[in-house]
Formats: sequence, C-alpha cells, structure tokens
Amino acid sequence: MSTNDDVVVTGLGATTPLGGDVTSTWEALLAGRSGVSRITDDWIAEFPAQLVARLAADPAEQIDRVRARRLDRSQQVAVVAADEAWRSSGAGDAGVDPERIAVVFGTGIGGALTLLGQDDVLEEKGPKRVSPFTIPMLMPNGPAAAVGLAVGAKGGVHAPVSACASGAEAIRWGLDLLRFDRADVVLVGGAEACVHPLPMAGFAAMRAMSTRNDEPERASRPFDKGRDGFVLGEGAAALVLERGDAARARGATIHARLAGAGATADGYDLVAPHPEGEGAGRAIRAALRDAGLTPADIGHVNAHATSTPVGDTAEAAAIRGALGEHVLVTATKSQTGHLLGAAGALESVFTILALREQIVPATANLDDPDDDAAVQALDIVRREPRRAQLTAAVNDSFGFGGHNIALVFTTA
Amino acid sequence: MSEDIQAGLAEILEEVAGVAPADATPEKSFTEDLDVDSLSMVEIATEVENKFGVAIPDDELANIKTVGDAITYITNNRG
Repeated sequence: MSTNDDVVVTGLGATTPLGGDVTSTWEALLAGRSGVSRITDDWIAEFPAQLVARLAADPAEQIDRVRARRLDRSQQVAVVAADEAWRSSGAGDAGVDPERIAVVFGTGIGGALTLLGQDDVLEEKGPKRVSPFTIPMLMPNGPAAAVGLAVGAKGGVHAPVSACASGAEAIRWGLDLLRFDRADVVLVGGAEACVHPLPMAGFAAMRAMSTRNDEPERASRPFDKGRDGFVLGEGAAALVLERGDAARARGATIHARLAGAGATADGYDLVAPHPEGEGAGRAIRAALRDAGLTPADIGHVNAHATSTPVGDTAEAAAIRGALGEHVLVTATKSQTGHLLGAAGALESVFTILALREQIVPATANLDDPDDDAAVQALDIVRREPRRAQLTAAVNDSFGFGGHNIALVFTTA
Repeated sequence: MSEDIQAGLAEILEEVAGVAPADATPEKSFTEDLDVDSLSMVEIATEVENKFGVAIPDDELANIKTVGDAITYITNNRG
C-alpha cells in the first residue's frame, strides 16, 4: 500500500431528524428513538403518504440570519453539518494551503424548496419579484458551493448527483482526490431538504412511500414483512478526509480509515433495482478488492435498506452473495427516515461510529423478518444494539438511476 | 419626508443585507461601506418597489451608489 492509499476520517458532522449534531443523533439512534412524525399541514389531507422525518434542529437558527436567507434549506443543512465536521477535525487550524483543500458535497434533488417557492412567486407576482438569489439557491451544486465558501476551499468544489447514492458518491470522490494527490484535506458529505408537496406527491405516485400514517414511528421498517415504502427525511452529514500520515503528524483524532470504495451501475432499469441486487453485489465486491480485504474481514454492514418491498430483498441478496451470512447488518433508516442524497453520508458516519464504539445499532420495527431467503439468512441486528468486535465495515448506498456505491471503513 | 424614506430604506437594508439601521446614513456607499453585493442591490430594489411603489430600472440602479442616492431617487419618483 502506498502512503497515498491510507486515507483517514478526522472529522464528523451531522444534522438529522434524530439530533442537531453527531453526538445527539448517535445517542438517539442507540436509544431506539424515531425521527418520524405525521405532517399536520392542511395540504397533506389528500396525500396517501403523510409521514416525514423532519430535522430535530432548525438549521436557519444556527446560521447568521442574513446568510441563512440567501441559502436554500439544503445548503443550510450542508453548512451546519460541514461546520461541525470541520471544527471537530481541527483541519482549519492546521495551516493547510487553501488550494489543497477540496469539497465534495452531493445532493439528490438540490434546492427544491427554492425552485418551487420562487415558482409560486413567479405565478403570483410576476417575473420581477423573483429573487436574485433563486439560481444560486436552487442549483444542485449549491450545498457544495456553500460549504466550500464556508471553509475557504480553493482546491476544487464538486457536487456528485446520483439520487440516493449522492452522499456516498461524494465520499468515494474524496477518496480519489486524496489518492491522486489532488488535495490534502477533503470535506465530503451529502445534504437534502425537500419536504414539500411536489416531491411528496411524486414519490407517492411511484408507490415508494409508506402509507402507515397512523403509526409514524413504526412506518419505516426495513426487511420487515409489513414494510410498505420509505419515509422521506431531511438533513445532512459530513466527513473530513485526509491522508493518514498527515493526520497523524498533526495529532488529529482519527475516527476510522476509509479503506476502499466500489461504484457500479445496474444497467437494468431507471428506477427498479435489479431483483437479485447484481449491481449492488458487484459494488460491494469492488470495494473489498479496493480495500484489499476479504469477506471474512467485514463484520458489519450499514445497509441502504429504505423499507421498500423490492429494494430491501435485492440488497439482502447482494450482501449475502458478496459477503456471506456472518456480517451484522443494520438499517438505520428505520429511525432516521430516508435522507436521499444525504443518506450515504449519514450512514457512513454511523458505520464509522459503529467501528469506533464497537457497537451495531438495531434496526427498528423489524418485528417479523421477510420470508425472503436472503433476509432470513442474514444476521440483522434488531430490538437492541449489539456489542461486537469489529475491524471493518461496509456502507451500501443505491440511487434511482441504478447507481450503486459501497464504502469500506476500518478501525483507526 | 426624507426621514421616513431613510427609515424605510434602513429597514430594508437590515432585512436584506444585515446592515445595522444606525449605519444606513446618506453618505454611505452600498458596496464600499455597507458590503452590499450586486444581487442584494437587486433585492433591495424589489423591496423599495414593494414599500414605496417606486420601480428602479436597472440603468438607474447602476447609478445609485450611496444611501443618499437611493433616498433622492425615491423622493423624486414617488407618486
């Protein structure tokens, strides 16, 4: 292994439906709390799916007021999570040349609230009343750009867009930037904030969302026989990546190593996953090869598992096929909801904390595992978190479009 | 009259650009003294139209350099 291949995680940040930072989110996750609630606004009345996982803390209240009003909510959450990761890493005080600092921040949908809100202004008041900040607030590179500006990154700012794999894709991209020596520190992550009638209606029209409206906290139930779709969530998560030698030289806290990544495309359907998770399995295998590890090394998988009927069984088949039946699997969307373009980043934070703390969070609401052979065969942690000796773990992320990303983290 | 306009403009500047009302005095340059960027100037023009009913065309907006310039323009063009 060359020195450039040793990439470590030195900062973590998050703002989620479970908490306004990493610590509160992780504690709520281990405590089994749910971030899901039922929408009570008038507009929801005719909607079949009425559940949402709202942020625990309003990001606008954590940002200067004038700055906040020029940022879409997706940018606000990105800035809040990135700020936590950046501060906790200490990289900003390490004298790194700004031209060697890069940002990679993904989103699935981008500034939907601005796009739709300003369209209302256009319709109601005319073109002259549309905000001059409309475009920088709605563009999908908006969260990345806002984060780049916040930390003074001049070494490149990038914004992968691959639906619900965007956050994981950002992490993979960051790994490549460091391996190819394009930067010394990379702030990576994902952000999403699109709770609005249109996306809600669109996902509902795909029959992708849970309609278990009377039981909000029990609606997101990955791998359970009674699952009926995902719950839309909002939030962001961020990680600071740098090369291990540099991080150790400056005495940084190393949470984990980012040991490898794999990216594939299903080549099967625009939205439906391959039923046996063929592309997903290939991504996991590719990530293992990249990390120089074997299936026996992997002790834990944070699954993408969104609680849709088709997706969860396809992923179970992929995990079983690529890694075997010994891994401890968890599906944290059971408590956070599905943060779309932020999901891969948030679940990578959870994967890293599982390695660091040697504990696997439980999959909530998994009362009656699906009859599917792979689901039955896998050891899916449920009811309560499980202590385990872990040295390596995988985070899966998949997105509409057939995007598959697998990331391998190892203990520091 | 111009005191009302100055106070109204100060409210807009505080809301849009975070300028403290006490700083919104006639001699202040928007870009040099108050750190108001070009997109914010467009937003300020929109708010001026909302508050005072005075539309500021782009070519006129380019000539408005100071808070005093804005007060004069609003005063002269108010119906």
